[in-house]
Amino acid sequence: MRHSGIAGQLRRATVVAKKNILIYYIKGPVVIFGLLIPLFLFLAFMVGNRFASLPFLISGLLAMTLFFTATAVSPVIFPWEAQARTLERLAAAPISIPALVFGDILASFVFGAGITLVPVGIALALGMSVSHPVALALGILIGAVCFSALGTLLSVPPTNSPPNIMMLSSLIKFPLIFISGIFIPIETLPAWGRTIASLSPLTYFADIARYSLGEANTFPIIVDIAALALFAAVFLVASMKLHERTLPGRI
Amino acid sequence: MNRGPTAIDVRDITKRFGDIVAVDRVSFDVRRGEIFGFLGPNGAGKTTTVRMLTGIIRPDAGSIHVMGHDMARDPVSAKQQMGVVPETANAYLDLTARQNMLLAADLYDVPRARAEERIRETLSELGLLDRQDHRVHGYSKGMHQRLILGMALLHEPPLLFLDEPTSGLDVQSTHLIIAMLQRLNEEGTTIFLTTHNMDEANRLCHRVGIIRRGRIAAIDTPEQLKRTVDRIAMILVAFDRPVDTTALAALPGVAEVLRVNDSYRVSVEDIDTAVRSIASFSHAQGVRILSLDTPAPSLDEVFLSITAGDE
Repeated sequence: MRHSGIAGQLRRATVVAKKNILIYYIKGPVVIFGLLIPLFLFLAFMVGNRFASLPFLISGLLAMTLFFTATAVSPVIFPWEAQARTLERLAAAPISIPALVFGDILASFVFGAGITLVPVGIALALGMSVSHPVALALGILIGAVCFSALGTLLSVPPTNSPPNIMMLSSLIKFPLIFISGIFIPIETLPAWGRTIASLSPLTYFADIARYSLGEANTFPIIVDIAALALFAAVFLVASMKLHERTLPGRI
Repeated sequence: MNRGPTAIDVRDITKRFGDIVAVDRVSFDVRRGEIFGFLGPNGAGKTTTVRMLTGIIRPDAGSIHVMGHDMARDPVSAKQQMGVVPETANAYLDLTARQNMLLAADLYDVPRARAEERIRETLSELGLLDRQDHRVHGYSKGMHQRLILGMALLHEPPLLFLDEPTSGLDVQSTHLIIAMLQRLNEEGTTIFLTTHNMDEANRLCHRVGIIRRGRIAAIDTPEQLKRTVDRIAMILVAFDRPVDTTALAALPGVAEVLRVNDSYRVSVEDIDTAVRSIASFSHAQGVRILSLDTPAPSLDEVFLSITAGDE
């Protein structure tokens, strides 16, 4: 029972996370890509919005960095491993599918949260102060879980072709950037826009980032944190359950 | 060798893929300490069966117990008891052999000190110790397959699943793997071997199961299976000088005679009558019998006779 218990499975999930970090995340191109995409989006946005305040811009950069890095690699790990036939080895090992999925999420969480410290450092270097560090830390941690789980959820369709999953992932990720109050404050959106924005987990993280950097935020901070945590829980459970169904079809 | 209670107990397992029944109510058991060969033509349901036994996919019906653990209720404990060597080598190419072995050790919960010891022992036995810090990407197929075997053996499982372990390997790697399997079995490891290599199955396996169109067509020892082949027995006989094949064919118990180089291939209806007739014939003709052989059917013939028309 030692192996089937929660502690045993959590231990194995960390083994999978360590393996993923070693193989998929600690690669120069992955790290640079994780930083460059949000940075270029940020620069493009800054040039187009010269009147936006620095905290507004930096909170947008923070949100994009966490969102892009946490969802960068996690959607393609399952298709990659199925294609390389390493997934069969993992499926035959004494690790449950939920623990395997959790390991993938854990690796993405570490990568996402770690890289997000870079824009936080940029903010501090630019002389900005973090007015609510606890809220920011909590937001980054919950947001990293939420977006990592979303990334893993995107790989549920049992295709072993990484480009297919990347396309699906981009189709979902990029529209979310535009409806989540990163470029345009939610308050300025029409009612239908605000409704759509409230359905995106990124909206709540962007709002937490604004609040933490002393900018005006849309929702009460407790609502932001609760909503982000709810999305994280739903994505986490859905990802584990759905992969349990589709994983045998990949092998 | 301890051939105690069952290592694998399979009861009425069925697996469907849409309208196709890949495995149809298959039942068999593998005894502890035996080498069980699992044979079948392509598409017969071999891989699907092995994937169910190793917990990779779930059967639609039926039960599987591995070393006493129910695969449906407690798959993690069942998987902990086994090492798996899939047909396609699948170590992580970006990691070194040592990192792959450490990953296997961590997945199977082997304590670090023991893992270090086992990695040294296993890689040394498999001839990979001096390449342990090289990335697997640069390994040959034989080295890759030996590493996969090492990863499967690291946690010292009492049960080992191997799918075509020597397929496409050089002679050196094949010998090394076969010798290792024989040693492991002598030490008590139960081995479930899926193979197309009849010679390998014949030499290694205590019992052989043949699957055909999703159902078990035969299970027995290789020797017993060979006896089931319904064919006219054959005698290969050589004399010290040529004899008249027509006279030989007219002997009691003989059906047909064919001269092959310096010997005669005699198809017989009744082996005892035929051997006696040939002995009397040689005495009467004043010729000496140089050799007389009654070759048994090979496992290939058994396989072909059971699976005739399937591929």
